[in-house]
Parts: sequence; structure tokens; C-alpha cells
Amino acid sequence: MAKLSASAVKQIKEIINRYRDERTPLMMILSDIQKEYGYIPLDVQELVSEETGIPVAEIYGVVTFYSFFSLNPKGKYVIGVCLGTACYVKGGQQIIDKFSELLGIKPGETTEDGLFTLSALRCIGACSIAPAVNINGKVYPKMTVDKVIKVVEEYRKLGGAN
Amino acid sequence: MIKTEKDLELKVKECSKNLSDKYSGKNGKISVLVCSGTGCLATGAKDLLETLQEEIKNHGLEGKVEASKVGCFGFCSQGPFVKIVPQNIVYRAVKVEDIKEIIEKTIVGGEILERLLYVDPVTKEKVSKLEDMAFYKKQVKVALYGCGVVNPEDINEALGNGAYQGLVKALKMDPQEVINEVLASGLRGRGGGGFPTGRKWQFAHDQVNDEKYVICNGDEGDPGAFMDEGILEGNPLGVIEGMTIAGYAIGAKQGYFYVRAEYPTAVARLKNAIAQAKEMGFLGKNILNTGFDFNIGIRLGAGAFVCGEETALLNSIEGKRGMPRPRPPFPAVKGLWQHPSIINNVETLACVPYILREGASKFNSLGTEKSKGTKVFALGGKVNNVGLVEVPMGITLRELIYDIGGGIPNGKKFKAIQTGGPSGGCLTEKDLDTPIDYDNLVAKGSMMGSGGAIVMDEDNCMVDVAKFYMDFICDESCGKCSPCRIGTKRMLEILNKITDGNGTMEDLDELEELAQVVKANSVCGLGQTSANPIVSTMKQFREEYIAHIVDKKCPAHVCKNLMEYKIVADKCKGCTLCARNCPVKAISGTVKMPHVIDQSKCIKCGLCLANCKFDAIIKE
Repeated sequence: MAKLSASAVKQIKEIINRYRDERTPLMMILSDIQKEYGYIPLDVQELVSEETGIPVAEIYGVVTFYSFFSLNPKGKYVIGVCLGTACYVKGGQQIIDKFSELLGIKPGETTEDGLFTLSALRCIGACSIAPAVNINGKVYPKMTVDKVIKVVEEYRKLGGAN
Repeated sequence: MIKTEKDLELKVKECSKNLSDKYSGKNGKISVLVCSGTGCLATGAKDLLETLQEEIKNHGLEGKVEASKVGCFGFCSQGPFVKIVPQNIVYRAVKVEDIKEIIEKTIVGGEILERLLYVDPVTKEKVSKLEDMAFYKKQVKVALYGCGVVNPEDINEALGNGAYQGLVKALKMDPQEVINEVLASGLRGRGGGGFPTGRKWQFAHDQVNDEKYVICNGDEGDPGAFMDEGILEGNPLGVIEGMTIAGYAIGAKQGYFYVRAEYPTAVARLKNAIAQAKEMGFLGKNILNTGFDFNIGIRLGAGAFVCGEETALLNSIEGKRGMPRPRPPFPAVKGLWQHPSIINNVETLACVPYILREGASKFNSLGTEKSKGTKVFALGGKVNNVGLVEVPMGITLRELIYDIGGGIPNGKKFKAIQTGGPSGGCLTEKDLDTPIDYDNLVAKGSMMGSGGAIVMDEDNCMVDVAKFYMDFICDESCGKCSPCRIGTKRMLEILNKITDGNGTMEDLDELEELAQVVKANSVCGLGQTSANPIVSTMKQFREEYIAHIVDKKCPAHVCKNLMEYKIVADKCKGCTLCARNCPVKAISGTVKMPHVIDQSKCIKCGLCLANCKFDAIIKE
């Protein structure tokens, strides 16, 4: 537990307290931690276990089962490339391949500088603008290999600046 | 707070008047409705609405012109849509830059901006009304009720449009009578299984237990499907009302929505609608003074396709890994927290208020003998009109693809339509006149599924499509049972071998055998249906598999190992654009002379083809 800062402990406990009245709240707790804390490392899981009485083994099982939960911090920019059928038949694979090539990482990985995480998304329901890419919630419609180059450049320019 | 039926009558009267005045202009205002479905939001609808509100102020038109959200119009590929009433003018593909002109010319000046009108691809005529567009002519809105008409964030508009009339009727009936009405309607589960909804309710109703649950399955995971998303975003109260009626029918006091986290807009609309329904007294204790209590909670998925399987979904709500449970016991007997539960799909529940409000006989007058009512399809892929459509069961695939979908873009040839997602199959030219219903689609080797309908043209490789689905299933297999966990992996390996050009004819036999084993032995529907895309494409497009294996060619030029980019010497002008763009310097040649691609270096990225201005690069 030593690794977690006091403010992190406070933040996680506050999340757990939101769901004290719920029956089987584990998914809700983990979703909020993922969203607000950014990832769910083992020491956070231990804290959740301590607070809820759910064994760490079970929590770890759940965290690693669902693709939205991550054991590692994600990049500043999370690039999600939709590979739903509609996007796939319109060339989604080429789009993710290009991101992969430019960033030097595979889907699911984060660049060493912590700037980008690349992920393959299942359908995001934006089939009319396929192939679609989602970067930190912003949707880029009708992507092409050329646009990928521009988008990466754009975010590299923004860099770590807030 | 509405406590009695009398209160409700007065409220509905007021809301109906407001809504009809808005559309007729009797309220003395012009209303600008901006489509707020995910498709239009992704192409800028949010900015449009904000700019509209700003410009209305700038032009001093507050109080005379109003801009508001409206649920998805469905015609997503033409979005974002803006509708102006009472003039009833619809503009498509509207940009922020167009807003000022819309206000000055159309709203103030009464002039129609021709360039923003939809052009019929067949007649080339400009169309200003939705009802005149071919896309809408064969549609009937039951589950998508109110979409494109009311603001999905305003319960008052929904009330003015008939919301909660179904519940009012249901609460005057005995629970068994409600179930009988649903049985009589012929409604079958819209999530794909097609199980009669009334029978599911009856099982749960017959269980003696103080604690029962209604669960709405909004874990729409089929890649390429967005029906439930559209319904939840455009008609959230309809689904909530349907769930409340279900709760009354089976004797449950609590309902849960399980929605995938990939749909933030749908979740926000649902939360808002639940809060408004609660405030009005349609949820909570003693609803409409009938003694019936009902509450609804929301649970979010976390990115696991298998949670769409009903027992895996229950485990997920219970805070466990989303793995299916063996059945029996069925959820209607032992479901959530071991209590009797029904799990209904979003679209199924969205049909329920219509059945109660309009009567079972009106619902079952739509559709075919064994498939009643309507079905929502997410029409996507290689089709001109991509969007969300709701049609009566029994319409043919040809009508869906050509009349509503407007046919295949760029003059390409239709190859197949994939229905049922990773559990379904492909239907081809010869099946186009088949009326769509549960049983017909199964007989033709596919299935209704939840409503994904992806059109493919001659440029799609069917072996690659089968591989895409298998890759998806293999990734999403929860790993509980070995036939699915190992079988899907082995099938994927064989497909990879074939698309890499190393396949043998024996591989096809092995695929068939594996498909049988996985189908017969997997625990849940995900595994049992996982081989369907392979079986179906092998049956319909066997010659394509053979071309990959024997000729080492991909006829659609998709599989990278089995195709080459080539420069046609006659057409090449030697502009050097391709050579400059090639990321691996595989193209050589002198200026103004035909260039050549070095196949040993080419990584088949396709940039040369995309950049060539003379059509000199071809795929072979």
C-alpha cells in the first residue's frame, strides 16, 4: 500500500463510498477508478479489496477480463481506431496499421514518451462516417491514410503541453 | 409530480398542444431542430446547435426562433440534418458556416437554400421534405417512435407524443392480461434469438418470489450495429416505459439497464430520462396511485462482447467476470442474484409501449406470419444510404438495399449482405427477393441477429470477411469452455494460413469439422454460432476459398500476400508522385518515363494507388 499517495488513497476511497448502498458494486467502482484515476494497478486493487472485502484475486480477474480496464497508465492521447464491420470493410485496418507504423507501437500499447496509446475499438456506432477514429472523445470521420499522417503530426505538435 | 390519471390527462393535453403548436407554428415561433444522434454529433451537430443559438441571439430573434435537439433522423450518411418547422424544410450535411445564411435567407427571408437540399440519387431531383425521400418511404417507426420528432431530453415533448399511454393502459389491466396482450402481439426478442417475449414474461411471472428483476440488454456488441444506440438516444423514454410495463407484468420492483460504455450519449440520455420520469412520478413508489412501485438503475459494460449473452451479463452486473452460466436454471427462474429475472433487448422493450397503446392487433397486422411487427436495421458498409431504418418484417432484402439504401456506391457490383454479425452469415444476389423474417433468414443460412446489415461489394474478399469475424470472436471468447476458446483459435489460424497463401484443400475439410465441433459443444451462443460466418461464406463463395488455396490469388485483391500493385506502362506519365510517396522506396523510374514497382520491397500499403492521378496503378 505504501506506493499509493495519500491523495490517491483519498480519491479511491471516495469512489468506493459512492457505491456503499449498492449490491455487487465492483464493476461500478472499477469503471470510475479507470475513468478518474486513469488505470487500476495492483496497489489500487489491494485498496479496493481492503475496503470492500472482495478478494484481490477476484478483483484482478475482473480487471484483466474487461478491455476497458487497464493495469498500466494510458497515454495522454488515446487513439481508438474503430474496427467494427462497417469501418473494416471501408479500410479501418489500413488506418490502424498506419498509426501503428507512425507511432512504432502495436494496438494496446503506449509510446515510451507517454504521449499516445493506440487501441482497436469495436464498433462505436458511427458507421455512417466509416472508417472512424476516436481520439480522447473527439471523432474523426472518414479517415484516410493521408489524414492519419496529419492527425499524428497535429498531436505531436500539441505534445505534452496542456 | 403526477399522482393521478386526471393529473396525467391534463399534463398530456398541455404537452400535446405545445408539441403540435411547435410543428404548426401556432406558438408564433420558428423551430430549428438539429439531429442529435451519434452519427450527426460526430459530424458536428453539437457545434451546429451552439452556433444556431448564438446566431439567433446575434440576429435579435430570441423568442421568435428556437433551436433544439431532436432524436436521430436515421439517415446518418447525409448528416448532420437540420429541420425547420413549421416550414418543414430539411437541410442535410449542414456546416457551421451555413448557419448564418440559414437564419438570414431561410428563416428571415423564407428562401430555400438549394445547395443544402438532398438530391435523390435516382431522379436527381432536390427534395426538401423527409417524407418525400425514398429512404423513408417504406419505413414504419415503432421502436424508433418519436425519433426525428421530439427532443429526447425533454419528457414533456415525449408526453405530447404519446409516451406513457401504454403504461396507463397496462396499469388498468391485470398483470396476466398484460402478458396475454404481449403474447397476442407475436413480439419476439429483437436481440437475435427471436424467442417470444410474452412467453419469457410468463415464465418469470409464474415464479413465486418477492424479488424479481427486469433487465434491459443494451450491450450491443455486434461490430457494425447501432440499432440499440439509436433507440436509446432517440427514444429513451419508450424503453423505460417498456421496462416499467414488463416490471408490472412479471411482478418486479426493480429494473436495470446494462449498456455498453462505448455509448456515452445513449447513457447520458437514459440517465436524464430516468431522472425526469422519476420527477414526474412514472418511476418510484406508488406509480399513478396504483400501488405499483418500480425503480430503474444503470450498469455499464466495460468492453466485453460476451456480456451481450444474457447469463454473462448477469455475472457482469454481479461484479464478476462476464462468463456465461450453464442453463438451466434459466434466468427466468434464477437470474440476477439468483432471483427470477427477464432479460430483454432494447428494441424489444421499445416495442412494448406501442403494443399496449395501440393494441396487439395493430402490432401484429405488421409483418409476416411468424415474425410480427417491425425490425430496426443498421444499414452500413458499401451502400449509398447508410443509416438506421425501421421496416415492417417481410420486406425484401432488395427493397432494403436498393429502395431504402439507394444501391451500391461508385457503380460497383453488389456481392453480399451480412446479417447477424459474428453469429450470422452472408446472403447473396439470389436471396435478394427473400422477405426478411426470423425463419426465412435462418433457412437461407444467415440469421436476423440484432439488426446489423452490412453490404459488401466486389472489392470485399469473403475469406477476409470470415477471418475478420473469427478474429473478433477469438478475441472476445471468454475462455470458459475449451471448444470455443481453442476451436476459434484453430479456425482463425487456418483462415490466416489460407489468406497468407499457404492453405491446402484439406484445410477446408478441417474448417468444416471444427465448425461442427465448436457449434455442438460450446457453452453459450457466442461459441455455438461462432463458425457461422465461415460456414456461410464457404457455402456461398467456395470458389473464392479455392482461388486463395489453388491459384494463390485473392480475386478481390484484398489479401496482401496474394495480390500485387502494378504500374500500367501505357498509362504511366512518369510524374514521380508515386515514387515520392512510397514509404519503402520500392518504386523507381526516370521522370516522364513509366515507373516500375519492385515487388520484393513493396509492403502493399496502397499509397501509390491512392496518389496516382492517371489510374496507372492497378491491383492484380
